[in-house]
Amino acid sequence: MEDFLPTTLAKFGSVFSAIGIFFVVLGTIFFIAGKFNGKKSRYIAIVVFVAPALILLMAGLVIPAIRTVMFSFMDPDSLKFIGLDNYTWMFKDPNVAIIMRNTLLWLLVTPIFTTALGLLLAVMLDRIKRESIPKSLLFMPMAISFVGASIIWKFVYEFRDDDVQIGLLNAIWTFFGGEPVNWMLSKPVNTFLLMIILVWTQMGFAMVILSAAIKAVPADVVEASALDGAYGFKLFRMITFPMVKTTVIVVLATQVVGALKLFDIVRTMTGGNFGTNVLANEMYSQIFVQFDQGKGSALAVVLFICVTPILIYNIRSIRRERAH
Amino acid sequence: MSLKVSKPSSGRQIFSSKVAAITVWTITILWTIPTFGLLVTSFRTGDEIYASGWWSAFTSPKFTLQNYKEVFLGGGSESLSDGILPYFINSIVITLPATIFPIIIATMAAYGLAWVKFKGSDFIFFAIFALQIVPLQMSLIPLLQLFTGGAHIGSVTIFPALGIAGDFAGIWLPHTMFAMPLAIYLLHNFIASLPRELMEAAHVDGANHFLIFRKIVIPLSVPGIAAIAIFQFLWVWNDLLVALTFAGGTEEVAPINAKLASLVGQYGSSWTTLTAGAFITIAIPLVVFFSLQRYFVRGLTAGSVK
Repeated sequence: MEDFLPTTLAKFGSVFSAIGIFFVVLGTIFFIAGKFNGKKSRYIAIVVFVAPALILLMAGLVIPAIRTVMFSFMDPDSLKFIGLDNYTWMFKDPNVAIIMRNTLLWLLVTPIFTTALGLLLAVMLDRIKRESIPKSLLFMPMAISFVGASIIWKFVYEFRDDDVQIGLLNAIWTFFGGEPVNWMLSKPVNTFLLMIILVWTQMGFAMVILSAAIKAVPADVVEASALDGAYGFKLFRMITFPMVKTTVIVVLATQVVGALKLFDIVRTMTGGNFGTNVLANEMYSQIFVQFDQGKGSALAVVLFICVTPILIYNIRSIRRERAH
Repeated sequence: MSLKVSKPSSGRQIFSSKVAAITVWTITILWTIPTFGLLVTSFRTGDEIYASGWWSAFTSPKFTLQNYKEVFLGGGSESLSDGILPYFINSIVITLPATIFPIIIATMAAYGLAWVKFKGSDFIFFAIFALQIVPLQMSLIPLLQLFTGGAHIGSVTIFPALGIAGDFAGIWLPHTMFAMPLAIYLLHNFIASLPRELMEAAHVDGANHFLIFRKIVIPLSVPGIAAIAIFQFLWVWNDLLVALTFAGGTEEVAPINAKLASLVGQYGSSWTTLTAGAFITIAIPLVVFFSLQRYFVRGLTAGSVK
């Protein structure tokens, strides 16, 4: 107790002084830069506004990414070049094959489920009264960390080898006459149970964005097509869906990237054991558990290559949008 | 007016409203049950948690605050320093600057790229957008090495060793860096759509970019800035990877989420402390989320729906 208060105060002291210094520095730069006039002022403005972000991006993302590419051709301690060994390892090691298969499964299953369920709910929310209550409750998991979500779901999947099941899933399972199952150990169900967690956290995001897109469909378009005899699913297929298609693709792309980078859920639920390992978790294990920077970096490069097509697609669609 | 409100056009009926209501509420209940179960369990005694499922707590209600006490005081000890509270405070200490710094720097960059147009500003914008895709994992190790050893070409130091690894600054900085691409992209969307006439009028009146930024851009961008600030706050508070890499697990700097993750992995940690600990961890983001949801949703949708 005695040392709790002083250390806490010291911590808050460092926060407020850091924020204070930040604003004083920024204010000073703005003050001095504001004194210049004419053409010089424009150049100074460019530097002052854009340079801080560029320096941070260079030091934080660009240079590290280049170094990672270099490390991927080097030995575990990044001391000497070993050619393509870290990449050929991926094709030889049977564990990596499982990892790639799992990652591919995550990529295919979770974005589709998340987006489809989000779209279904967005369409239905449009039809009901007091939509804000279910909307916030469905969106809520988005605010919960993956670690928190993992604990919530670990409790749902809890297994006990005696008569009392305190995990919801086993309680329901045994209620219908099943034998209690240690879900996290049973392949391949465990991977799908982990996917449920990701869908649970991300669905609200998909729903909210698609819901906004659906509400933006002009009412007169819907009215007109209703007069032409489009009802029910036909209306959705012919009118609503085509008009929100771009948004659906944006949401799908976000989910694919998210599923590729997925790390926390697997880390906390199974640690990547029992056949549930995925690319991002293996990368972490290679670097921080096996201390093999070469293999870890090579996995990171593979991950980057997988996301590149989505990136190119996104840039293209932004440019198209801007051209309009 | 009343006619319009009372009878929705039959054309919008993709599903009947009854089917819609039943489906939505069923899914909502399914979606909420896991969190609710955790909350109920965190108030049950250790014996009860293992003797029966949380749903039976309602037939014989017996609730306690013992789990929370245990989590705050650290099993058996009477000191707050041994509990979860120091980590909770670390989280606040990490999150505040790691939200404020990137948002301001990103707003500046977004303005610079949108309104101080220069040769290559579009290219820089797309390059920044592209950086969103670099997986965090790719830059963790090199960045950590940069912090401890600096960067050199031959004997020339191009980046000094900052010596901030394991310090709060060593967590603020990576969060600030990693937030840049998305924050700049979203804020750029927002700031670029401010009325051109306003900017031109201000220039005619003799205002320079710094004055315009402070007096026009910041006040008009508050909704966008708020949304991205909430997003960044949630992201930093909930982050595990950056915290694990740059903070280690120590009581001095590790955030509550990292502490919680280590509790999960610990052999013999029980549901009493896990449920209470988890609830303390998610309480702040939930409060932020529910009270500021409107801004959050508006900002998100402004960024992705055109």
